[in-house]
Amino acid sequence: MSLPLIQIENVCKAYNMGAETVHALRGVNLEIFKGEYVAIMGPSGSGKSTLMNILGCLDTPTSGSFILNGHAVDQMDDDELADIRNREIGFVFQTFNLLPRSTSLHNVELPLIYAGVDLDERLEIARNALIQVGLKERMNHKPNELSGGQRQRVAVARALVNNPSILLADEPTGNLDTATGDEIMLLFDELYKKGNTIILVTHEEDIAQRARRIIRIRDGRIASDEPHQVS
Amino acid sequence: MNFELLKISIQSILAHKLRSILTLLGILVGVFSIILVMTTMRALQGSIETEISSLGANTVQIKKWPTISFGGPGTWEKYRRRHDLDYEQYKKLRLALPSVKGIGIINHFDTDEVSSRYDTTNPDISLYGVTYPTFSARNMVVEEGRAITDTDVENRRNVCVLGNPLAKKLFPYGSAISQRVRFNSINYTVIGVLKEKGSLFDAGADNMILIPITTAMNYYGHRRSLDFLVEAVNSKEFDDTIEQVRGVLRSIRHIKPIEEDDFEIETNDTLITQFQNVTLTIRIGITVVSSIALLAAGIGIMNIMLVSVTERTREIGIRRAIGAKKRNILTQFIMEAIVLCQIGGIAGVILGVLGGNLAAVVLKVPMTVPVDWVIIGLVICSVVGILFGSYPAWKAANLDPIESLRHE
Repeated sequence: MSLPLIQIENVCKAYNMGAETVHALRGVNLEIFKGEYVAIMGPSGSGKSTLMNILGCLDTPTSGSFILNGHAVDQMDDDELADIRNREIGFVFQTFNLLPRSTSLHNVELPLIYAGVDLDERLEIARNALIQVGLKERMNHKPNELSGGQRQRVAVARALVNNPSILLADEPTGNLDTATGDEIMLLFDELYKKGNTIILVTHEEDIAQRARRIIRIRDGRIASDEPHQVS
Repeated sequence: MNFELLKISIQSILAHKLRSILTLLGILVGVFSIILVMTTMRALQGSIETEISSLGANTVQIKKWPTISFGGPGTWEKYRRRHDLDYEQYKKLRLALPSVKGIGIINHFDTDEVSSRYDTTNPDISLYGVTYPTFSARNMVVEEGRAITDTDVENRRNVCVLGNPLAKKLFPYGSAISQRVRFNSINYTVIGVLKEKGSLFDAGADNMILIPITTAMNYYGHRRSLDFLVEAVNSKEFDDTIEQVRGVLRSIRHIKPIEEDDFEIETNDTLITQFQNVTLTIRIGITVVSSIALLAAGIGIMNIMLVSVTERTREIGIRRAIGAKKRNILTQFIMEAIVLCQIGGIAGVILGVLGGNLAAVVLKVPMTVPVDWVIIGLVICSVVGILFGSYPAWKAANLDPIESLRHE
């Protein structure tokens, strides 16, 4: 069997909140392989967000090891983290997090700018990514000229544009109505079928039901980790 | 990458037009005042330098008072205590220095109107008392008739030489020679007319009437210091001539060896230096004022950049999340400060050069563009941008990506 894409061993994360120390993660062990569709669930305060930040290389663990696609993330400095985020992670946020004054195309192009890709190649890739999420006609629109669903599609296109090893979605349907949310989830299904590794962080049960594996977090530990059959 | 950052900077500046304009106004004023003064000074300087040169390259001027002086009341007192240079000293100097080409006198006595039986001029005609060698030393060429001779001077004759436009105005129907003109109610017989000089800077160069110095002192009084003009044979002898004049004058005026000269020896070079000293003082003053303006502008820029960083915390978070390194964010914000400063700087340079040349036109001197100061001005803008943009940029770069993504 091949090596796991994500290998987390005994990861702890503690925050100093004034005098007391808060233990957000208390020894998490996790392996995720390429091509998996995983949902991470848990109530607020469970350490779900902290785990997501670590998985997204925005934060480093206090102790324990995290290996992402062969890179020891827990040993990295700030610049290396930025680099690994750029190459390995595609973020999709609940609040979309697009640059409000830039067009869809520029938003999607942004990760490629930081990756140092040439202008022509960059625009080519960005256009293709937007076509892939069905926004061929909306390339030169700014976020405030787009619907919520369209904005989230732009965000997905931006997440995919660098060919990341994982697509990390944090409550991707949280700001969308049910119908639009379903559309986005269908897009994720499609991406999963194409072989993308998707990690979905959510507290909504029916969203999590779309995944093929559900991990539940409670009090900084993994409470359950089960495969899930989609009917 | 850097081109991208430039684009981003321009976009975000354009996104806040009014705020950006108000911010760069400070820079604009600072650079504008530097460039304006430098352009005006340069234009004036160029013109005055050529003007002084027209005096005659091999001529030295000896005066009691320096032409251009800059100093406190103490220096003024020093000049005032000096003995006058009088006509007796002039005669002695001429006797003692037969080897020079000529030693003349030129003193301004009055400015008034001149009239003939045909016409009267505006009251802007200068009356000068001169001697024969003055003509050669001041590059004055007699076109018609003759110059004022030593005999005219010795006999205090009531004769005069007219500037060319003056002669044409007073005697429109024929030659001015042997005609009579009247200045300050005194009649003079015209013996010569000068060739027109046609100076750009000073129309007065042609608007003059020359009479023998002794005649002038007779009418206007003896108690005045005379200005001597010494013309060297050629430029090779020039420095020697200066030293000879100095030595002879010191002995004539009984100056002890330890004392300094009690007269001014001015050449084209020393006049230019004196003028430059005056403009230097003005330039230093303006530079100090402009620096303060630029400092204030820089603080304004810093303030706006800090607001901008807070306002764009979310944007910074997004950029960091998708792979921007700290130095990318740092460069982006510094670039923004520089672009802001440069826009202000370029506008300031353009307005300054225009304003300075407008002043040049008003002062009737040739226009100029002080390229070195334009470059210095723009470099200063970049320095201000980097200096005052650094802290906000550093703050932006060191924001925590997780926190800034949550920022509302």
